[in-house]
Amino acid sequence: MKLKMKWILLTMVITISTVLTACEPLLVLDPKGPQAKTQADDIMLSIWLMLGIVIVVLAILVFVLLKYRASKQPKDYEPPHIEGSPIVEAICIGIPIIIVIFLSIVSVKSNYEVEATPVGYEDQEPLVIYASSSNWKWHFSYPEEDIETVNYLYIPEDRAIEFKLYSYGPITSFWIPQLGGQKYAMSDMITTLHLAADQPGEFMGRNANFSGAGFAENTFEVTAMSPAEYEEWVEEVHETASPLTEEKFEELLEPGHLGRSTYTGTHLEFAPPPEHDHGSANTDGEEDSDLEGHEEHDAHNAEEHSNH
Amino acid sequence: MDFFDRFAVPHPSFLIYASMVGIGLTMLAIVVGITYFKKWGYLWREWITTVDHKRIGIMYLLTALLMLFRGGVDGIMMRYQLSMPENTFLDSQHYNEVFTTHGVVMILFMAMPFIIFFFNYLVPLQIGARDVAFPRLNALSFWLFFMGMGLFNLSFIIGGSPDAGWTSYFPLAGNEFSTSVGTNYYMIAIQIAGIGTLMTGINFITTILKMRAPGMTLMKMPMFTWSAFIANVIIVFAFPVLTVLLAMGTMDRLFGTNFFTTDNGGMDMLWANLFWVWGHPEVYILILPAFGLYSEIIPTFARRNLYGYKSMVASMVIISVLSFLVWAHHFFTMGQGPFANSIFSITTMAIAIPTGVKIFNWLFTLWKGKIEFTTPMLYSVLFIPLFTLGGVTGVMLAMSAADYQYHNTMFLVAHFHNVIIPGVVYAMLAGLTFYWPKIFGFMLNERLGKWTAWILSVGFVLAFIPMYITGLDGQARRMYTYSESTGFSLLNMVSFVGAAVMAIAFVLLVYNIYYSIRYSPRNIGSDPWDARSLEWATHTPVPEYNFAITPQVASTQAFWDSKKNGHELYKGDIEKIHMPNNSGLPFIMSCIFFVFGFALVFSIWPVVIVSLIGILACLAYRSFEKDHGRYISVEEIKETETRLRGAKK
Repeated sequence: MKLKMKWILLTMVITISTVLTACEPLLVLDPKGPQAKTQADDIMLSIWLMLGIVIVVLAILVFVLLKYRASKQPKDYEPPHIEGSPIVEAICIGIPIIIVIFLSIVSVKSNYEVEATPVGYEDQEPLVIYASSSNWKWHFSYPEEDIETVNYLYIPEDRAIEFKLYSYGPITSFWIPQLGGQKYAMSDMITTLHLAADQPGEFMGRNANFSGAGFAENTFEVTAMSPAEYEEWVEEVHETASPLTEEKFEELLEPGHLGRSTYTGTHLEFAPPPEHDHGSANTDGEEDSDLEGHEEHDAHNAEEHSNH
Repeated sequence: MDFFDRFAVPHPSFLIYASMVGIGLTMLAIVVGITYFKKWGYLWREWITTVDHKRIGIMYLLTALLMLFRGGVDGIMMRYQLSMPENTFLDSQHYNEVFTTHGVVMILFMAMPFIIFFFNYLVPLQIGARDVAFPRLNALSFWLFFMGMGLFNLSFIIGGSPDAGWTSYFPLAGNEFSTSVGTNYYMIAIQIAGIGTLMTGINFITTILKMRAPGMTLMKMPMFTWSAFIANVIIVFAFPVLTVLLAMGTMDRLFGTNFFTTDNGGMDMLWANLFWVWGHPEVYILILPAFGLYSEIIPTFARRNLYGYKSMVASMVIISVLSFLVWAHHFFTMGQGPFANSIFSITTMAIAIPTGVKIFNWLFTLWKGKIEFTTPMLYSVLFIPLFTLGGVTGVMLAMSAADYQYHNTMFLVAHFHNVIIPGVVYAMLAGLTFYWPKIFGFMLNERLGKWTAWILSVGFVLAFIPMYITGLDGQARRMYTYSESTGFSLLNMVSFVGAAVMAIAFVLLVYNIYYSIRYSPRNIGSDPWDARSLEWATHTPVPEYNFAITPQVASTQAFWDSKKNGHELYKGDIEKIHMPNNSGLPFIMSCIFFVFGFALVFSIWPVVIVSLIGILACLAYRSFEKDHGRYISVEEIKETETRLRGAKK
């Protein structure tokens, strides 16, 4: 019995480590951009560190169970009364504290990294894309290019992208695992997500936050391409796509699933995103919507929301 | 909508109709059976009106076990649905209802009553008290909880189940996106059950502070009582938030207010914040008593005192404080900025430190012990590595930058099942097996018990470890289906097999109970495990008054020291004992609460008003009632004592 447990646990540990390292890479651990890279590095670091802790606990457990089981000991053995030892307990508190401090430093550093323009892209102006969800679709507005797409996203590689996320309806979460972790899109405020792709490719993107019946299929395709190809695509859209009218947009917002579609113009003009659109923000006398000056607003938003 | 249309299930399927018929037949069988055996009077006198903490405890236990199987079937259905890509066993709506009710049932109607069963049964015995501080309030707590549970379970046959997830985030749970009455059920059923729980918290804090046996200072309390005390303090601080939250949610749904909806300044993330201000401490309400149980079981079968008693207490106090400071880690992705995320990331990781202290204390309790592998001990030693795995993945999740990748994925689902199942469920099963002889007077079969523990663990590993991997591979939680191309299918199939293996373990548990009722020897004495704390110092079965003479306590393991070190537990003579009277009022009042809740769910206002008046009438009646309880005479006590002592030999 006791041996069996040991083997089950050992197999478990080995399976986890082999699957995580040897097989074809899992999406999150196969980053294609700097933000996802930061996160994947953190994840691998923590996996190894945590695996170490699990192994230590397991080793102590197996050792005491084998050494001190009743069948191994003389019949008249009376276990001693031990209240505890300050030194042992100091070690048991001290080592976890050191580990937590180390991980906290890593965590805080990464927090600031993933919340800012990706490392190595600071010198260029980021491409701003408004990504809004409606039941159960994604609308991508490119104000710079004056384009809007539904359920697919074309982005230039090696360029910082600044996503402005919001929602028409339930809270959703915008997630492209290979480019970086997710962030909520909500109907009453805009959140900002900084991503970048450092190589061309096709990536899976989805809403990760449960949003009702059509949630499972609430996905989009992301294609990263060279800047030249991207320019070509933008031109092509301007030549071929029809303009996005208010009526058309209302129609798109109806709950349901749609395929991909492309428009010229964006819905930002006639359906402004919920910048400063809730509660206290309206009363502090700032102008409502300001598509250019988003950076100050972000700082303001962050501060305001941490107070809630 | 037509009046009667609202009662119809909005998204019927064959499965729901089949369960309706099943429930109907079972209810009928129960009613016919009780009538046939003429047990209505017995039920009313001995159980429904009881104020005895032991019987109330057993009723909590029965509810918990029933809900374990209801929630378990939900779990199996989900795993089966996901075992194959593009499976059509459940449609999206039905799947959403299943995972919503699975979550609510397992946390609030399975785990909560299970721990409250232990509070009820054990705490008065462990502190040498006759009952809890407010016995009738205790009965009311149970019946309110029970009616809340009943109302919630009614949802899937009348009117439709909630489908917005157990966290019920707005605006999804608002009227606009959740059109059936399902979420009304969620708000009101949990509200009624939650009031019961809040009163339990007040009751047990008072009991533990005021009713300990002479000599039992706070630092001489058994570890389970300590954990119960802290858990109840957390209940009293956290549950009012839930009460207010659900009241606001109810108003949004029934009266068109805009607390959480998106118009008129309503804030959706306000729900999430308040939900987790309650929800995160709730996790520790569940896990701390589980830690308490392990701290009773491990020393008993290591035949040693608990290592580091003081640091165990300190760690629980620290955990209880920290549990209120970490709620925002449930939505690092809300866009609150790196500063707030950093704070919550650090406080969350900090919880690993006191938790680690506990793990090491248990390991050092085993050290130099004389370890016997009984079934409760087997659960405890399986718990240590499995829970450690769940704990360390919690630390991984606490790193907020990395959490952007884990959030809302199967990785998270794997993590919290990995702490809740080995942490809470194993503790409950270990505690159940451990205390079964005290409660029912016979042991559960050890061989079957060990098989259950092993099969459960194998099933657990198969069911939940693959989710870590699919989570890192981009499988979001709550997806009812996925395509072949995602590559999730193999691991999800493994998960389903694991869930099925776990189901086998639970069936084996039921068989064990049946087998032991039939074949277990009954002459086991009052202390079959050679245990250490006060609850084993009284007779089996425990007499109504618990202890004929109030015990005198001089150490943290009073009973052990009385057996081995000659501490004298019982000094003085038997005196008459004051006990509370039974009362039907808690049950009647809770039934009116049930009607009130049901009427509120369907907005039948006349009934709401009438039942509200009924509730107030019950309160008024109680406040004018003169009931001073009764005395058990010395002769009667002596007679009982002789009979029980006779039964032991």
